[in-house]
Amino acid sequence: MNNYQPVVSIQSVSKVFNQGRDNSIKALDNINLDIQPGEFVSLLGPSGCGKSTLLRLIGDLTPPSNGSIRIKDKPAHQARLDRDYGMVFQQATLYDWRSVIKNVQLPLEVMNYPQDKRDVRAQEMLKLVQLEEFGKHYPWQLSGGMQQRVAIARALSFEPSILLMDEPFGALDEMTRERMQLEVLRIWSQTKTTVIFVTHSIPEAVFLSSRVVVMSVRPGRITGVIEIDLPRPRDVETREHPHFFEKITEVREMLRKGETA
Amino acid sequence: MATTPIDSELIAPPSQRIPGWLRKTLVFFAILSALCLLWEGYKAIGATTGDKIPFTNTPLPVRSDDSSMPHIASIVGALFLPAQRGNDTTVISILIQSALFTWREAIVGFLIGSVIGFALGVIFSRWLFLERGLMPYVVASQTVPLLAIAPMIVIWGSRLGWDTWIAVTIISAYLTFFPVTINTLRGLRSPDPTSVELMRSYASSEWQLLWKLRVPAALPYIFTALKISATASVIGAVIGELPSGIADGLGRVLLTYSYYYVSGPEKLYAAIIMAALLGITFTSIIIVIERIALAPQRRIND
Amino acid sequence: MSQPADLISAVEEELLPAAHPAQFSQRLRRYLPAIALFIIGLIVWEVIVVVFNIQGFLLPRPSVIASHFVEQFSIIVSDGLFTMREAVGGFFIGSILGVLVALATARWASISEGVMPFAIAINSTPIVALAPIMNNWFGITNPIAKMSIVAVIVFFPVMINVVRGLTQVNPAAIELMKSYAAGDFSVLSKTRIPNALPYLFSALKVASTLSVIGAIVSEYFGGSREALGVYISQQAALFHFAEAWSAIIVACLMGIAFYVIILLVERWVMPWHVSLRSTEE
Repeated sequence: MNNYQPVVSIQSVSKVFNQGRDNSIKALDNINLDIQPGEFVSLLGPSGCGKSTLLRLIGDLTPPSNGSIRIKDKPAHQARLDRDYGMVFQQATLYDWRSVIKNVQLPLEVMNYPQDKRDVRAQEMLKLVQLEEFGKHYPWQLSGGMQQRVAIARALSFEPSILLMDEPFGALDEMTRERMQLEVLRIWSQTKTTVIFVTHSIPEAVFLSSRVVVMSVRPGRITGVIEIDLPRPRDVETREHPHFFEKITEVREMLRKGETA
Repeated sequence: MATTPIDSELIAPPSQRIPGWLRKTLVFFAILSALCLLWEGYKAIGATTGDKIPFTNTPLPVRSDDSSMPHIASIVGALFLPAQRGNDTTVISILIQSALFTWREAIVGFLIGSVIGFALGVIFSRWLFLERGLMPYVVASQTVPLLAIAPMIVIWGSRLGWDTWIAVTIISAYLTFFPVTINTLRGLRSPDPTSVELMRSYASSEWQLLWKLRVPAALPYIFTALKISATASVIGAVIGELPSGIADGLGRVLLTYSYYYVSGPEKLYAAIIMAALLGITFTSIIIVIERIALAPQRRIND
Repeated sequence: MSQPADLISAVEEELLPAAHPAQFSQRLRRYLPAIALFIIGLIVWEVIVVVFNIQGFLLPRPSVIASHFVEQFSIIVSDGLFTMREAVGGFFIGSILGVLVALATARWASISEGVMPFAIAINSTPIVALAPIMNNWFGITNPIAKMSIVAVIVFFPVMINVVRGLTQVNPAAIELMKSYAAGDFSVLSKTRIPNALPYLFSALKVASTLSVIGAIVSEYFGGSREALGVYISQQAALFHFAEAWSAIIVACLMGIAFYVIILLVERWVMPWHVSLRSTEE
C-alpha cells in the first residue's frame, strides 16, 4: 500500500477557533495522517475531540490554523474547486423543494453537466442506493434511512475521489443503522472511492473501516491508528466473528488510554 | 457532535473586531445619512434639470420643489415654529401633546385588546369546536377596513353616552386583540405532549395545567404578539380619530396639516415623524418589559 | 423583529392543518361549526334587531343589508373594482420593490441589519399619514397616489421576510454547496431563493389583505369619487348604514378573495409546501 501516493496527506495540522481572543479554543493539535486511495478510514472519538472539525478541514470547509493538508498532491482548496469531495452530513440535508431525483442532480447542475448526462447519472446513482422507484418522491415522503441513501447518491453522483461522511447514521435507529452500514460497504466496494467516516460508535468504526483513527479531547489529537484486518467482504456474520470483538476491545482500550493521557 | 466551536466561528468571524452594537449603530446612522443625502440629492438634481431625469426629457416621478419635498432642515426646523400666527405654542409642543393624547387611547385599547385576545386564545385552546366555529370570523374581522366602521362605532358609543375617546379605544382594541389571540393559542399549544402527560401524572387539574404549564410556555409567543399589537394599537387610535371628530389627537393634527399642506408641508412631515416615534416608543417599552419578564433564551427574536 | 407575516402562517396552521382531510365529508365536518355559527349568527342578529326595536341606522338587519346590496349592486361592484385596481397595482409595485431590495441587501449582512430599524420604524408608522403627501406628489386623482400608499404598506413585510428567507438557510445546505465549489450565483438560485419562497408567500398573504385595507383608507384623504372607500364614508356620513355595511362586506370579500388567490398561487408555485403533505403516504 505504501507504494501509492497518499490521496490525503495531513501534516502538523492544528486548528484554533476564535484565535487571539479570550474565548479561543484549541480544537486540534499537531495532526499527522496519510490516507491511501481506496481506503475506508474512520475518525473515532468522544464529543469535542475535533473529529468533525478534522473532516471539515480535509474538505476545505474551514481553513487550518497551522500545517498543511494536501489532497492528491494539491492544496485542499484546489481539491474542492476540482470537485474532489462528496459530503454526507448527519442530517440528510435534502432540499425540500426538490424531488429525490432532482436532489441527486443538484451537484451536477452546479457543475454544469448537460441535462441528458444528469438524468443518466442520477438514475444510476438511485439504482446504486436501490431507490430507483422513488425518483419522483419528495424528501418528506421518505424514511430517515432512505433520505440518507439519497444523500449518499447525491454525494457520489459526480464521482468524487473522496467521500467525506460526518456521522451519517447518527440520527438513525440501530437496526436501520446496521443495514445502512452494509449498504455503504457495498457502495464502497462498487465505486472504489476513498471514504473518510466520522463516528462515535466503536462497532460501526470497526465493522466498516480498513483503519480506525482514535482521537482524544482537549486538545483534539490522534491517540493511535488501528488496522482492521477483518476479511472482506464483511457481512452480518462479521459482527459475530471473535476477531471483531478483539478489535473492538483494542479500540476501546486505545480510547481509554487517550482519556487518561 | 462537535459543532460548538464551529458555531461560535459562524457567529463571530475572526476578522470582525468592532463590537456588535457599535457596528449596528454605525450602519444605522450610515443608512440614515445615505437616505437624507438621497433626498437632498434628488432635490438638487431636480432643481438643475427642471424636474427631468438627467440627459433625457422624461420628467422625474416626483416634483422636487420645496412644497413636494421640503428640505430636511426645514422639516426639523418646522418643529420649533409657532403652530399658529400670533401664538407662542410651537409645533413640537402641539405634536407632543396630541401624541400623548393618542397614546392614552392606544394604551387603553391595547390593554382591553390584549385581555380579550388572551381570553379568546385560552377559550379556543380549551374548546376545539369554539375555535373551529369562531376562528374564521376572527380572521375575517381583520379584513374589515377599520376606517369604514370607525364612524359607526363612534355613533354607537355616543348613543350609549360614552366619551368619544372611548370609541377610539374600542377601535384600537379591535386591531390589538388579533395577534394576541393567534399567538396565545399557538403558545398554549406549544408544550410537547410529554410535559402535558407529566402534569397529568401528578393528577393536576385543568386550571393548574393552564397556569403552571401552558401559560408560562405561551409567554414568549404572547410577547411577540404584544410587540405587533403595540404598533397596531397606535395605528388603530390614529385611524379611529380621523372620522370621530376628536380635536386633541394625532389623527386630527395629521388631517389638519394635510388640509394646509400647500402653506406648510414641513408640518405634515413633522407630524408623520411624530406618529412614527409614538409607535416606536410604545414598541420599545414592550421590548423592555419583555427583557425584564423573560430570560434571554426564552425570547423569540427575529 | 416580530412580524405580522408570522401570524398568517400561524393562522394557517390553525385553520388549514398540515394533513388535508382527503374526504369531502371530513372537510365538511371540519368547517361545519363555522358554517352553523354563521347561520345562527345571522338569525340571532335579525331577531335581536326586530325584538329590541333597534333603529335601522344604528344596526341594520342582515336582510335589509342584503336588499340594499342588491339595489346598489352595480355601484358597489364598479367602485369595488376601482379600489381593487389600486390595491393590486400597489401590491405588485410594493412586493416587486420589496423583493429587489431584499435581494440587493441580503448579500451584505450588516446592511440588512442596519435596514431593520428603519423597517421597524415604518412598521410602527400609520402609513395612511403619507396619503396627503402622495396625493401631492402624484396628483390627487392619479391612481398612482393610492397605489404608492399600498406599495409602502406591502413593501416592508415583503422585504423583511425575503431577507429572512435568504439569510436563514440551514448552514449545512450552504456547506453542501460549498463542497461542490458552487459560485455565489448558484448558492443564491439553488439554495437561498427556494428557501425564501415560503417566507415570501407568507408576507404576500399578509400583504394581500393589507393592500385592500390600505387602498380603502387612502381614499379617505380625497381623490376619485368612484371608489369603495369614498362610498363607505359617504354612506356612513349620511347614516345610510345598510348601504355602508353592504360595501364593507364587499371590501372584506375582496380582501379574502385576494388572499385566496395568493394562497392558490403559493400551492401552485411550491408543490412541496408543508400543507400539501398528506399523511397517507
